[in-house]
Formats: sequence, C-alpha cells, structure tokens
Amino acid sequence: MAKNTSTKNTAEWNYAASPESTSHIRLEKKYQLFINNEWVSPSSKKYFPSTNPASEEVLAEIAWANDVDVDKAVKAARKAYQEVWSKLSGAERGKYIYRIARMMQERAREFAVIESLDCGKPIRESRDVDVPLACNHFFYYAGWADKLEYAMPHKKPEALGVAGQIIPWNFPLLMAAWKIAPALAAGNTVVLKPAETTSLTALKLAEIIKDSGLPPGVVNIVTGYGDTGAAIVNHPDIDKIAFTGSTNVGKIIQRAIAGTHKKSTLELGGKSANIIFDDAPIDQAVEGIVNGIFFNQGHVCCAGSRLFVQENIAERVIHKLKSRMESLYVGDPLDKNTDIGAINSKEQLETIEKYIRIGKEEGAEIYQSQCAIPSKGYFCRPTLFTGVSQSHVIAQEEIFGPVLTIQTFRTVDEVIQKANNTPYGLAAGVWTDKGSRIFNLTTKLRAGVVWANTYNKFDPVSPFGGYKESGFGREGGVHGLGAYLK
Amino acid sequence: MNILKTYKIYIGGAFPRTESGRYYPITDSKGNTLANVCLSSRKDVRNAVVAARKAFGGWSEKTAFNRGQILYRIAEMLDGRKGQFIDELVLQGISKSKADKEFQQSVDRLVYYAGWADKYQQIASSVNPVSSSHFNFSALEPMGVIGIIAPQENSLLGLISLVIPAICGGNTVVVAASESHPLCSVTFAEVLHSSDVPGGVVNILTGKVAELAPALAAHMDVNALVSSDLGELQKPLALSCVENLKRRFTYMNSDQQGLNFVTDLQEVKTTWHPIESIGGATSSY
Amino acid sequence: MIKTFDPNNMLSKITVDKVGVEERVARFQTRSIKNESKLQGLKMVLNMIDLTTLEGKDTPGKVQQMCYKAQHLHDVQPDLPTVAAVCVYPSMVSVARKALGNSSVKIASVSTAFPSGQSTREIKISDTKFAVDQGADEIDMVISRGKFLAGEYAFVFDEIAAIKEACGKARLKVILETGELSTLDNVRLASDIAIHAGADFIKTSTGKIQPAATMQVTYTMLMAIKDYYDKTGIMVGMKPAGGISTSKLALHNLVMVKEVLGNAWLTNEWFRFGASSLANDVLMQIMKSTTGLYQSSDYFSID
Repeated sequence: MAKNTSTKNTAEWNYAASPESTSHIRLEKKYQLFINNEWVSPSSKKYFPSTNPASEEVLAEIAWANDVDVDKAVKAARKAYQEVWSKLSGAERGKYIYRIARMMQERAREFAVIESLDCGKPIRESRDVDVPLACNHFFYYAGWADKLEYAMPHKKPEALGVAGQIIPWNFPLLMAAWKIAPALAAGNTVVLKPAETTSLTALKLAEIIKDSGLPPGVVNIVTGYGDTGAAIVNHPDIDKIAFTGSTNVGKIIQRAIAGTHKKSTLELGGKSANIIFDDAPIDQAVEGIVNGIFFNQGHVCCAGSRLFVQENIAERVIHKLKSRMESLYVGDPLDKNTDIGAINSKEQLETIEKYIRIGKEEGAEIYQSQCAIPSKGYFCRPTLFTGVSQSHVIAQEEIFGPVLTIQTFRTVDEVIQKANNTPYGLAAGVWTDKGSRIFNLTTKLRAGVVWANTYNKFDPVSPFGGYKESGFGREGGVHGLGAYLK
Repeated sequence: MNILKTYKIYIGGAFPRTESGRYYPITDSKGNTLANVCLSSRKDVRNAVVAARKAFGGWSEKTAFNRGQILYRIAEMLDGRKGQFIDELVLQGISKSKADKEFQQSVDRLVYYAGWADKYQQIASSVNPVSSSHFNFSALEPMGVIGIIAPQENSLLGLISLVIPAICGGNTVVVAASESHPLCSVTFAEVLHSSDVPGGVVNILTGKVAELAPALAAHMDVNALVSSDLGELQKPLALSCVENLKRRFTYMNSDQQGLNFVTDLQEVKTTWHPIESIGGATSSY
Repeated sequence: MIKTFDPNNMLSKITVDKVGVEERVARFQTRSIKNESKLQGLKMVLNMIDLTTLEGKDTPGKVQQMCYKAQHLHDVQPDLPTVAAVCVYPSMVSVARKALGNSSVKIASVSTAFPSGQSTREIKISDTKFAVDQGADEIDMVISRGKFLAGEYAFVFDEIAAIKEACGKARLKVILETGELSTLDNVRLASDIAIHAGADFIKTSTGKIQPAATMQVTYTMLMAIKDYYDKTGIMVGMKPAGGISTSKLALHNLVMVKEVLGNAWLTNEWFRFGASSLANDVLMQIMKSTTGLYQSSDYFSID
C-alpha cells in the first residue's frame, strides 16, 4: 500500500498568546504581619521581597517576623482561644468558616492570578485546581464545626488550643486552607506562617478573614523565613505544630518539640511509585504519568516521580510518553495555555539542575522535551531518565521538580518490593485493567494515598498523608479532624 | 522441694536465653530470690525486631475474623493457667484479691479485643464522596512493627492492655516487659506460644527499660513506640524516634481499654479509582 | 488485493478508561484560542466541513441549493474557503456532480445500506459501486454494528475490506456508529479493525444515533490513528460527525487533533467535520472577529 503521507495544504496552527488579565488584582507594595485582625509592622523592622519567578520582578515587600512578633501572634491567638473562640458554639464557628469560604469564592480569580504570579504555577492550575479546592476545603470543614461528636467515635471532641502552622510554597493558598479550616472547625486558634517565597495569597486570605468579621486573634499570619518558623515551633504556648514541607525540616521540628506537650502532624516528602502493568489503559496511563510528575512543575510531595513500567510494554510506554511530552507548553504561568510554569525559585531550579547532573553522571539516559523555554525567569524542561535502577540517587531522593525516573519490572511481587523500597510512603499509583490485581497492590503498597488508574487527585473529603518518613497525621476528610482534637 | 522455673525470653516463637548471657534476680518482698530472668541486650532487641518484621506480612494478611479467633484462643489459654498467674502476681507482691481482680480483667480485656478484630475497621474507615467520577475510600492498615514498653505495675494487665490492641490490628510487637515484675510476661509468652499466635507476632524481652527502650526507639525498622509515661526517659526516647519518624504514643491510662488503643496504631490509607459513569460526568455534547 | 483479518496483529487490545479520557478531553477544552489563532482556526474548520443532507425527504432542489452554499459560504466576506465536500445519499450523487461542476468541493456519498447497514454484502457492494459510478469521490460506509457486538470481528473486517475494494479510487470513510458501540473499549477495537481493513478515514457517526461525535469518542479514535501511524507510517483521516454545531466545539476538536496527531492532520485531506449547521455558526464567529459586532442568524443563508 502506498504511503498516504501527503502534507499538502498543511497549516502551522499555533495558539496565540492568551494571558490572563492582571487588571483586577490588588497588591500592596508592602505587607505587614496580620495579628489580632490588624496589620502590624514587624518589630524586626525587616522586610524581604517576594518575586515573580517567571520574570524575576519584585511583587511586594513582606514583613519578616522575629521572636517578638511571633510571641505577639501567639498571645493574640491564646487570648482569642480563651476568651472568644472556645466559648462559641460549633454552629457559630461553622458560620464564620462558611463565610470565609464564600468570600474566597467571590475573589477566586484574583487569588488565582496572584498565586500564579507569586508561585509560578500555570493559571490553568491555580484557577481550576488550587483555588477551588481551597474554597471547598473551608466549605467542607465549616460543616463539621457543630458535628464533631460524630467525627471520632473514641474521642471526646475537645480543641487543642493554639495551633502553629507552617506551610510550603508549592500550593500556598491550598495549604493554608488545609491547615486553617480544620483547625478552626475543631475550635483551635491559629498562627500560620507561609513559605517565604509565596506569602501573598495567605496575606490576601488575611484580608478576607478581616472582612469576614472573624474575631480578632483567631487567625494570625506571620511571614518570614525559617527563623520565623522556628520561633513558632519553640514558643512554649503553642499546643500543636502542623507542618508541611521537607522531611529534613520535619525532623528538626520533631527534635525541637521532643519531650514537650506539643502535638504534631507532619506532611513531608515523597518519592512515590507510579506502576504501569501491561494490561493498563495505556493512553490514560501515559496521561497519569504526565499528570503525576509534571503537574505543578513537579513541585508536589506526592508526585509520581518513580515510574515502574512492566518490561514488555516499556518501549511503547516510553515512546508514547516522549511524544506526549512534546505537546506540553512550558512558559508564562499567566498564559491560559501554559501546561508547565516557572520553577518556584532560583534555589529550587539549582537543586533540580543538580539532580539532573547527578542523573547523567550516574549513567542514566536523559530525555528532555524540545520545547522553547523563556530566557528570563526560572524554567525547566520536562525531563525523564531511563536506564535507572533503585540504586541511583535520582531514584532515591526527592527532586521536587519535573524530573521522572523510569525503571522496568517483570512481576507483581518484584514491583511491590521495589515500590516499597524507600523510606518514604506518601502516595502510589497503579495502572491495570484487572480488579483483583488492583486490590492486591493497593493493599500492599505502603503509602497513605493510592491512586488506581488515576493520579494526583485531591478532594477536601479525601484524607491525605503519609506512612514512614513521609510524615504522620492526615489532612482532609473526617480523619483530618483528628489532628486538631484532643 | 519445688522446681524453680527458668524464665527465658520469647523471640520468633522460640524461648532462647539472652544472647548476652546476662541475667538479673527477681526477689519477693522479703528478699528471697524468685527467679533469675534474662537481662536482654540491644542484640536481643535486634533479633526480636527481625522476627517481628518477618511475621508482619503473614499476620497482617490474616483475615480479621481469624485474628479475632486467635485472640479469643489466647483468652481461653490464659484462663486455663489462672492458678499460675495468680501465684506469680502474689509472689511479686500484691494481695490475693488484687491478683484475682487483675487476672480477671486481663482475661476480659483479651475477650474485649478479640471482639474488636473484625469491627474497628468498620467504625474508623470511611467512604469519601469526592467531587469527581471516582470511588474513594479510606481504610486502616497496621503500622508494622511496634515497640512496646510495658508498664512496671499491673505487670500482667498492663502488658495485655498494650500488646493485644496492637496485634488485634495486625501489627507485630517487640515488648520490653516490666523490669521489676517480669514473671507474668514470660508466662504469658508461654500462653501465646500455645494459642495459635504465629511465632514472631509477639516477642517479649525482659531486662532494663533504660537499656531496651532506647534500643527500640532508635531501631530504624520499628514503626511506632508505645509506653506509659516513662518520666525522664520521655525526651531522649522522643529524640531517638525522630530518626525514622517513628510514631510515639504515651498512654497515661495504660491499663485501660478502648478503640483508640487499636486505631492509634493504624495508618489511614486512601484509595481512589475511577467510576466509568456517574451523574454529570459524561459530556453533554 | 482484499485484506484478510489477522486479529493478533491487527487488534491492539488496548483498553480505554473513560474517566481518564474525560479528563484528557477537558484539558483540550480549557485551551484558549484567541485572535489570529481563532480566525485561522475558524477558516480551517470551514474548509474541513462535509456539508451534509441525509434525509428521506432529500430532493434534487435541496441538494442543488446545498451545493451552491458549499461553494459560496458567505460571499460578502472575501477570502473564505469552500467546504471540503458535500455528503449525500447515492441517489443524489449525480445531482451533486452536476451542481458542483468543476469545483474543488468533493462529493461524498453514504453507502452500504446507510444508516443501519442491515443488508447483504452484495447489496452493499452494489450500493457502493453505484455511488462511485455516479461520480462520488468519497464513500462513507457503515460497519455492521450487530455483527460487531456479536463478536464477529472477522465479518466486520471482511466487509470493510470488500467495500474498500469496491471503492476503486474513491476514498473510504468507515462509520463506526459509536453511539451503538456503547463503550470506548469497543470504539477503540472497531477503529483498529476499520483501519487495518483499509479505511482512509474513520468516522464516528451517521448522525442518526445519539450520542454522536463526542470529544471522548473522537479522542479514542485519534489515538487509534496515532498508534497505527507510529507503527506503519501510514496516515488515516478522522471525521467526527453529528452533534458538532458550534464554533467553540469545532475549535476544541482542532486543538485535540493538533495535540494528538500534530499539524499534519490539520487539513481537509485528513480531518473533516460531518455537519449541517456548523458552517453558519463558524461564519458568524468569523464575521464577529472581523467586524467586532455580534451577529444575527438572519444575515446568514440557510441552504
């Protein structure tokens, strides 16, 4: 048969730039600390810049809280807990949380744009994932506030007191919602510290909290670097630390609170396995691989960063994966057609590049998509490594970027062992058409979240959290309340 | 003349002496030697953890019903040795009536957790109505190998109160028995040995808390550490637990019972799977 | 030579997860097509349309009017393309041939006892030959869905191969009638059979059954085309038909073709829309783009 490969009349059809408008957002030049529902200048008198990682331009100056500021915030939270919040009925607490949720929804687009500006993630994700999930998280927990006695069959629902919460830069607003909503529903008051590179949406949330009429001191937001976080962790009047971030910092926190009365929940790192069997719905599996590792530039603690493909289909899967990678658009986070935005910071880009170097030095074979990337800002091409074994550093350490390692396997038992062969245990993915095999794997994989024939799905009702060194405690769902009740 | 019993430790379903060859004497209130018990070492802890890890797969995969049956069998076997346990409790210094009570509570506790084995999952798991075409549920899974420092007092009831809920939930355990009152724990190991509990599911070491607890806390293959309040030891143990982010549970009421003793030692696993057709999920085109 | 069925080599045995497909399709639908991309895309859409009338009440008059429209979409606007083809019943091919004269607009004819396909092979072959003899450039056949659902894949394959043979130089579009196949797994399987049996195009629907050309179905068929191309280097065309009546949906289809198969397929040689009312919606969008004014259907002819 003759090859029908004519490309006569073929048009190059490309997407014109389609940037989301920034005209409706309001950003101050300088942000103070949010304590007791007031904007308070830091006693340190120090400020640091928050930059747009896609343009390297400064978006705003952010107050840098020191011990004295943190103490002020904790005192405000304690006072609010004792005098107001612990005395309110659950139903009344719930109404405040509902109101916050509603006001966030009304300003959803503004949140999305600021998140993409400050964080580098594509507007499609901040608009369709981060912000709606954040709003819904408040909605979900608002309804729990007057129903706590149904939540834990073996606990009398009693708040812990003042919760110190430290969140990362990969999902800034969403992580703030994951922390604040259940804490308030359970009757705690909060001192929250956003990550230093991504403070803005938390500060916009503070505006809403003030507008909502939430009693002063119930939520306090102190911005700053690690020293600010340490001041929270070490403050004697904090009852609970909730932390999301790296396993290293998680361990530092655990050491700091060892032997104290402080409770903790930790959501830490991961090196999650995504496992493809030969009977998987292969094209959807390829989408799952892409979504698993390239969602949010790979800045996802549960990213499916270790791909295991059954050897007899490895060639086909890798071919399809490379082909799919070529249709990903890397660039301006504010462009509605961007699939992969900017790496959150220069430091993180350097870390990712370091691991890419290590991968090459270890002898793994690298493939990067051919797409153009902007010359300004921090960008990284979607990257995969083949010829990888468990012993490679790039298959063991969390890279937190758009870098996938691919290993092959032959049998079910082999892949279970390899998938569990890590100190982490946050998430896993399994792709197969066979139901009984799915349940075998979902049972044996030592991870807190298992996605079968899907990946990187999140929902307020769905508990999230890790086994082993990926941390402890759950966020989301009824189990998420346990973290904030005695 | 009475035959003096040799109190050995219990590892992987066998009763070895401590590999260290060390022992320490247990005396009654008048200073008479009751027994020489093993002064277990860090190496014994290591061997016990290996045995517990090896047993974990089989034990955690047993049906919940089967684990309940085995727990009930322990209760039966314990009850059959009533005289021996009460004698040991009295020998270690408590009144006959208190010993009677502690023993009866111990049997009752076993029956209590035997009943939980196939029920706690139903109480504490959930089906989560996510806003997409996915079936999503959260279920409990055992944490793995649990280190347990048994309370010093209530040497039988305290031991049972911490060990049984752990294995009820499919975990395997390495126990540091009451240092001052270890006799019942070794005899309890003999009960376990004769009650269909697979070797390695419960491993019991006698010796010094100050030696065994830090070894358990620092062991990278122990998933959680459970004890009553250990006072001065609390902080160093907590620090040791950080290395592999070991879960740490301190019970002020370690002779009590409740669902939380089971569920605390469980991880919550959430599973997602697509549902092919659900209202609103199909395209409207 | 008529092809013979070889299930081991021809069926990919690929399973399809519907929810995953829905998620993928939703991503195409979030693409933002603005300004010059939009105008270019809309013109491409016009040039990919198979302007269709397939009714029992079709008459020469109706077909002649449609053929005129096919060549004169909206004459007040210069530099608009024609549609790709008109699509009619075999009995109307000669009317269309006469009406179109030397135009570059092709004539597609349905055949094989369209739309049900419930007839004998002999009748289907003669139906096809008749249409070709009357001047059809393209044949849109239907597969035997009943046989397919009964598991008689060899029958389905052989029938397509036989019709392909009967087509001669005419290009063959194979209609799967996906609305009757019920699952995406079946859509994929039927696509593989049709492609290997010699289809030049695979097509979703007759337009008589709902649902018709959903993006989920089209995506599944595009993946079959892609896999075949990756394996053999041979291009196969795609024609979603039925239910695509808005510019937005048509553009989302183009996005999907571009991102799955690449720009090489973005021509009417390899991609078509089977539609009757799509053209005017696209024309209204084009006029909106060029004049800046929102349009009224009163200003667009409805042949």
